[in-house]
Amino acid sequence: MTEKAAAGGLDSVPLLELDPLIDDRGTRIIVCCGAGGVGKTTTAAALGVRAAERGRRVVVLTIDPARRLAQSMGIDSLDNTPRKVDGIKGSDGGELHAMMLDMKRTFDEIVEAHADPERAQAILRNPFYQSLSAGFAGTQEYMAMEKLGQLRARDEWDLIVVDTPPSRSALDFLDAPKRLGSFLDGTFIKLLMAPAKVGGRAGMKFLNVGMSMMTGTLGKLLGGQFLKDVQTFVAAMDTMFGGFRTRADATYKLLQAPGTAFLVVATPERDALREAAYFVERLAAEEMPLAGLVLNRVHGSGAVRLSAERARAAAENLDEGRIVDQGGGKAELRGSPATKPEPSDLATAAAIPPTEAAPTAEPAAQHDDAVADTRTDSEQHPDMDVDVRMLTAGLLRLHAERMRVLAREQRTRDRFTALHPEVAVAEVAALPGDVHDLAGLRAIGDRLTAGRMPSP
Amino acid sequence: MSRLQVVSGKGGTGKTTVAAALALALATEGKRTLLVEVEGRQGIAQLFETEALPYEERKIAVAPGGGEVYALAIDAERALLDYLQMFYKLGSAGRALKKLGAIDFATTIAPGVRDVLLTGKACEAVRRREKHGGHTYDHVVMDAPPTGRITRFLNVNDEVAGLARIGPIHNQAQAVMRVLKSPETAVHLVTLLEEMPVQETADGVAELRDAELPVGRVVVNMVRPHVLDGAAVRAASGDHRDAIARTLASVGVAGGTRLVEPLLDEAVEHARRVELEREQRAVLDGIGVPAYELPFLGDGADIAGLYRLAKELRKQGVGA
Repeated sequence: MTEKAAAGGLDSVPLLELDPLIDDRGTRIIVCCGAGGVGKTTTAAALGVRAAERGRRVVVLTIDPARRLAQSMGIDSLDNTPRKVDGIKGSDGGELHAMMLDMKRTFDEIVEAHADPERAQAILRNPFYQSLSAGFAGTQEYMAMEKLGQLRARDEWDLIVVDTPPSRSALDFLDAPKRLGSFLDGTFIKLLMAPAKVGGRAGMKFLNVGMSMMTGTLGKLLGGQFLKDVQTFVAAMDTMFGGFRTRADATYKLLQAPGTAFLVVATPERDALREAAYFVERLAAEEMPLAGLVLNRVHGSGAVRLSAERARAAAENLDEGRIVDQGGGKAELRGSPATKPEPSDLATAAAIPPTEAAPTAEPAAQHDDAVADTRTDSEQHPDMDVDVRMLTAGLLRLHAERMRVLAREQRTRDRFTALHPEVAVAEVAALPGDVHDLAGLRAIGDRLTAGRMPSP
Repeated sequence: MSRLQVVSGKGGTGKTTVAAALALALATEGKRTLLVEVEGRQGIAQLFETEALPYEERKIAVAPGGGEVYALAIDAERALLDYLQMFYKLGSAGRALKKLGAIDFATTIAPGVRDVLLTGKACEAVRRREKHGGHTYDHVVMDAPPTGRITRFLNVNDEVAGLARIGPIHNQAQAVMRVLKSPETAVHLVTLLEEMPVQETADGVAELRDAELPVGRVVVNMVRPHVLDGAAVRAASGDHRDAIARTLASVGVAGGTRLVEPLLDEAVEHARRVELEREQRAVLDGIGVPAYELPFLGDGADIAGLYRLAKELRKQGVGA
């Protein structure tokens, strides 16, 4: 009964329709965000392919994609520049470009673009800069934002699909601009530069005392050279700070603009949906436009009316050679078609050792218990029948397991729906394998837009 | 077994669950383990269905045979303040530093410093001793960052060397590296029998080896039973639909004829998965790292599931 109620709850969830979203020329940016391992990059790539084949000029900005996925779009080289993807079908002049973010390269380019050559070289050589550009917790997020701003400014594409970095938490992406901003504007950075800037002013004397105490401590802790590197770096970057801040703010505003749509990506797992709920709340708080939830790897079944319990019970009956009384009982069954011999190669095919299944005249003593159990029945029926029974039992067991997964996925989703009933959902049926090529991405695109799956 | 067990894995492979199960398994039979998390996600608290973990070692579970599992969410900022307190008796100056943003600076901005603090705290717990001389924890299990970042995270020496060339952070990094590169440590990578996680595992193992970090086990998680194989499904989809329908009817499953097709579809999917898993298993075998295998939990990873996985790990030799 709870299952039924749950199904009712799901049916009332609005359906996220992605074709109208990607067909709408007003949609200029789609951001895919969510926990790690839920298929964000695949979703972004699949949407890119679909949008291009429906006539959009699309660029997909991926961050650290799995090698094979990158290859599926034909981008092997990490050169931080959008490359055209070949093999896009469609007659409406759609195009797909794809690129992988190289955060260090992006950072270097900003430095080169905003400082004179000599100063740029000084910054690029600075050890603190080198660590910051390659490893600062948040650099990748910030550079993804920076790149997004650049792509948008070039105006060569009418749709940018971006997936977000595999962060510690999904929130890092939204925090990045502010974090960098508060770092660059922070008291501490100001203090580091203080000797040059505020040295002579009487009112700042107190601060200077604090400063020397602090640089003293941090110097002890990190080594004096470290602080010198930071100070040099900060001094060299000083003229660019305003630019960083301005662009970060601009990109942030771009994300809030009507042409942007956020897709929260998840799988029907507890952790992924918890993260998704978190993200939905955060986007609302930041006034970022949420289009809906893409739920990947949802399991379905064409036989939802056969419950796990009944399937398992039926499989057990088959194992034990029991026949369920459906009016005539065993007597009737003996005469029923089910007892007819089936000419079959199932013997070698069912998931039992061939020696047991082969229709040979081996003595029963050599069979294990499971087979021995069915012997009484087999004495009355030909061996082939045993194989069909085992196969059918296997099918029923598989189905029971599938229904159990469905029920669990539904419970997990109900929890999310209870929190956010307004969020539209697009379900993507689970694929048995991974995506290797454009055809695979197309198949995902079809699944993304196929509408609701049957539920129990 | 190594006293520091580091558990990494691609996102979505269940590394937090595996780390928790490992901590439970190692605590079995009267042992005491510490389960630490370093990414501020509160994944352990969620898994054990308790309130958010503070920066404080706290008992969260009892293992079979009287063992205890403690948990700690390491916070880099607090670790730095502790550290300053310990070495410099900073007192209120620490708060002043915090107010100025220096702590924030040192832990989030200065690359590598954060990682040294996190791994340093874990190593401290490994080395800590009680008054009577025995180790406080028999094992420390770390729910570490994902495979893509694990080598960088553990290889703090390289990270920090370029920045803090002298001073306590430098020394701390050296001391931490000595523990991490010794047989006292084992780094496990959790994977699923799927292409991308397996590929990442292979890459991760290669990176760890290059960095001379001790690779422990591959943990193959969420392994499903192989109910039917491809041959069975091919045979079934042949001429046996009627026979299957009749067999279904014989055990009281109504609507057998209509059910055969969807049931066979499910079987085909299953068989394809079995085949893919076989291929991925072969790739994993090629890496040459011994593996633990953990079953798929149909009802999700809840507390009961954790105990089941812990038992499974014991069966495969954990804690032996």
